[in-house]
Amino acid sequence: MPIGDLAPEIAIIVAAVLSLLFAALAPRNLQAGSAIIALVGIAVALVLLMVQLGETRFTFTGTWAMDGASLWARVMILLATGFCIMLSPDWFRSDPRHGEYYAILMLAALGAMTMAGAGDLLQLVISVLLSSVTGYTLAAWHRDWALSVEAGMKYFLMGALANALLITGIVLILGLLGTSGYQDIALALKLGKGLSPLLFVGLAMTITGVAFKLGAVPSHAWLPDVAEGAPVPSAAFLTVVPKIGAAIALARVVQLVPPEFMNLRELIAVIAVATMTLGNLAALKQDDLRRLIGWSSVAQAGYLLMAITVLGLSPDALTALLAFVASYAIGNLAAFSVVAHLRGRTALSDYDGLAVSQPVAAAALVIAFLSLVGIPPTVGFFGKLTLFITTVDGGFLWLAVVAAANTVASLYFYARVMGRLYFGKPTGDVAVLGRLTSIAVWVGAVAVLLSVIPVETALSAFEMSRLLPL
Amino acid sequence: MLTLAILIPLVGALVLAVMPKITQDTARVIAVGTSAVSFLLLLIVWARFDTSAGAPAFQSLAEIEWIPSLGVAWRVGVDGMSLALSLMSGVLFIACTAWPMESSERPRAYYAWFLFLEAVSLGLFLVLDLLIFYVFFDLSLVGMFFLIGRWGHGDSQRAALKFFIFTLAGSLAILLAIIGLVLSVDPVTFDMRTMIDLQPLAGMDLRGGLILLGFIVGFAIKAPLFPVHTWLPPAHVMAPGPASAILAGVLLKMGTYGLVRIPFQMMRETFADYALPLAIIALASILWGAVVALAQTDMKRRIAYTSINHMGYTVMGIAAAGALLNGSEGAREMAMTGAVVEMIAHGLITGALFLIAGGFWTRSKTYELDAFGGLANVAPRMTVAAVIAAFASLGLPGLAGFVAEVQIFVGTFAVFPWIAAIGLLGILITAALFLRLLQQVFFGDLPKAREGFPDVSLREGTVLAALLALVILIGVYPRWLLDLIGSASSAMIGG
Repeated sequence: MPIGDLAPEIAIIVAAVLSLLFAALAPRNLQAGSAIIALVGIAVALVLLMVQLGETRFTFTGTWAMDGASLWARVMILLATGFCIMLSPDWFRSDPRHGEYYAILMLAALGAMTMAGAGDLLQLVISVLLSSVTGYTLAAWHRDWALSVEAGMKYFLMGALANALLITGIVLILGLLGTSGYQDIALALKLGKGLSPLLFVGLAMTITGVAFKLGAVPSHAWLPDVAEGAPVPSAAFLTVVPKIGAAIALARVVQLVPPEFMNLRELIAVIAVATMTLGNLAALKQDDLRRLIGWSSVAQAGYLLMAITVLGLSPDALTALLAFVASYAIGNLAAFSVVAHLRGRTALSDYDGLAVSQPVAAAALVIAFLSLVGIPPTVGFFGKLTLFITTVDGGFLWLAVVAAANTVASLYFYARVMGRLYFGKPTGDVAVLGRLTSIAVWVGAVAVLLSVIPVETALSAFEMSRLLPL
Repeated sequence: MLTLAILIPLVGALVLAVMPKITQDTARVIAVGTSAVSFLLLLIVWARFDTSAGAPAFQSLAEIEWIPSLGVAWRVGVDGMSLALSLMSGVLFIACTAWPMESSERPRAYYAWFLFLEAVSLGLFLVLDLLIFYVFFDLSLVGMFFLIGRWGHGDSQRAALKFFIFTLAGSLAILLAIIGLVLSVDPVTFDMRTMIDLQPLAGMDLRGGLILLGFIVGFAIKAPLFPVHTWLPPAHVMAPGPASAILAGVLLKMGTYGLVRIPFQMMRETFADYALPLAIIALASILWGAVVALAQTDMKRRIAYTSINHMGYTVMGIAAAGALLNGSEGAREMAMTGAVVEMIAHGLITGALFLIAGGFWTRSKTYELDAFGGLANVAPRMTVAAVIAAFASLGLPGLAGFVAEVQIFVGTFAVFPWIAAIGLLGILITAALFLRLLQQVFFGDLPKAREGFPDVSLREGTVLAALLALVILIGVYPRWLLDLIGSASSAMIGG
């Protein structure tokens, strides 16, 4: 067994176990030590990942794909997880046993990583389940707080349904094609074997199951509740990390089907339109900032699906997918870091005039939102730019036009928050969390702005990446 | 040199943003000084600019690699049109930062945003890369959003939001059109000069039409043209005077400049096919702007609507200039030169008018025309300035507006005689509305409440005198400006 191919994943498991053991033995005031163990694990995993740079092959008899897409997705997953860990010690300061949180967080990250690398439908199921089970725990972590428990519950109910759909879909595909390995499926479909309406149903169910992790229609309903009710570090994690893994997993499934067979691309385009439109329309009316970010995160999943729509139709689709996922992750994490720093303050009216008392946090939130709109020169602009280019290039001009219209609609709610921050009347004192979250706010804002510099490097790295099976 | 002219205001903005507590006066000195340095650099570029017949179209070029995989680079350079526009912007930014603030709230941030907008505006006129053009186009929205929302009055937040949403819709239309345009060349490049040379969409009917539509929608919103002008009146009325002056004087020009630089120059064939509908939209803007302006009782709203009317003249000139691929070169060149002079003249004149209107707000907190009368008795200097600016705006010979409009109309008559003939009505109505405004505000009986109305201060007076001196200079002796702009229009039309 080429066990070395899984070295980064093993590093994460080891770190998870060690931080759990440490949490069990360490006294209350040292619980944050688990965070350090987790961060070390992430650093080691990142180094081990870099060893895989340039590899494009299947391993473990075709169940695990090692390619540029999964490599960069896993790098993003690890960096995003590290950022969420930075938000956690201050947030959970009063929780006597929060060391265990980091172990769960690491396992959830592992679930997302394995989603990105899944080269077999059964492997996909296992990784989705790992990511889900840990996700429910992260969402409901504040077990004494009704909203948090509600968020976890809704997430779980939606998840149970979506996972059932996923498994049913996979069983259909397995039954029709006689194999669950991506290589074999791709080969069969390329020759036009096994094409039937039932196969389309199986694929659609599988896509719905993965869409749950992505927060896309029709399995999106958990997202706003989790964004509102889950502890803010969890909300930041759950609205970003599983999406990165799911984006690659979904792209891999879609790529199995050649564009000339079945209207799978059109199905994805319809889901994209529904997701972005619903997300933006629902966000318009929110008077709660965390719910607003939650709905905006649904909308962003819709934009992301544009890149998957043109997969195989435009040569830059994968580049755009990776660039957009990265830009979304940076923008959304930056926004949540501000919310965390402000102790989870969430009613929109509480943000009135915040620019006076908290200039840095206010500016960071504005920058993060401008990035989510896609205003240059933030990182979000480059994400959207590559996305639009590839969509137009792939022949889906109408989809790009719909996305542009959606962007205009989304500006309404983002700019309303910016307006409150800068034009509103300040109300009373503003409590903030701690030094670590303050650093996180800075890191987030600077990342949004300075990502302009390495954009060429990133784009050429993404361009060299492949998505297996070819 | 050009890069420095863009960077210096940006650095000034950053310095103001991070400097600890400084007084309003220091902040203003920094802002005016920075704008002046940047303007000086532009003057040097102008001094070196070659307007002779054989000179290259774009001069003072510089290029730095940025994203080679997308064909994006920092490319700057000027032709006669962009140099004239950036010089005008430089003047206007100095004037508007020197003009006193309407409320003394947060001066540091106020002047920082002005400098930021200056960097963005100059950047937009000076870059020769489509993507960076778009970047500056979008950033101008962000800067103006905060200036209107934060330092405006009345329901300024709503006006700011409406402005932001409308113009972002336009800029996304432009983005999609830019993408369509660059995808039609291989390898992909965002270099404007390459696009102008290649004319990549020649002979592509549907695709060219769609891309042109994207550009026209986007630039029409920014300019703004009827029927997508509705964001403009509230934005102007709620904005502080100097911000209005920049909005009208500089930001609106981004729409017309973009229209010339991109669709006009890069897709000549398609543009010629659709020049007539564009001219009709321009005509509608001329008439609609003038008639609606006449009906306004609010002084600033009235001036705002005349902007729509004036941008209508500009676009009519551009449409006439681009209507044919061959023939009537002389007339079309004249229409183009007139359109660009109109942009400069409108910037200076309307800038002055909005600053004056801002002065009215500072003094009496109202823009209602009925609230004023007989001010010539108490504020003679203000009266002189307003009269000159208003006459210039209605196109009196000897002032800048006339030089522009006469060329636009003469040029348009050769290409679209009927449209030009109907358009003349606009000039008539504009004359009526300005004369009535002057009569109402400055002559007749002085209301009791206005007896203590202060005349312009030394600082205000200097700013207005400088702007209006330029207006008169262009009106009396336009040669220097026409040479500069003519070099660009003959390169565009002849080449």
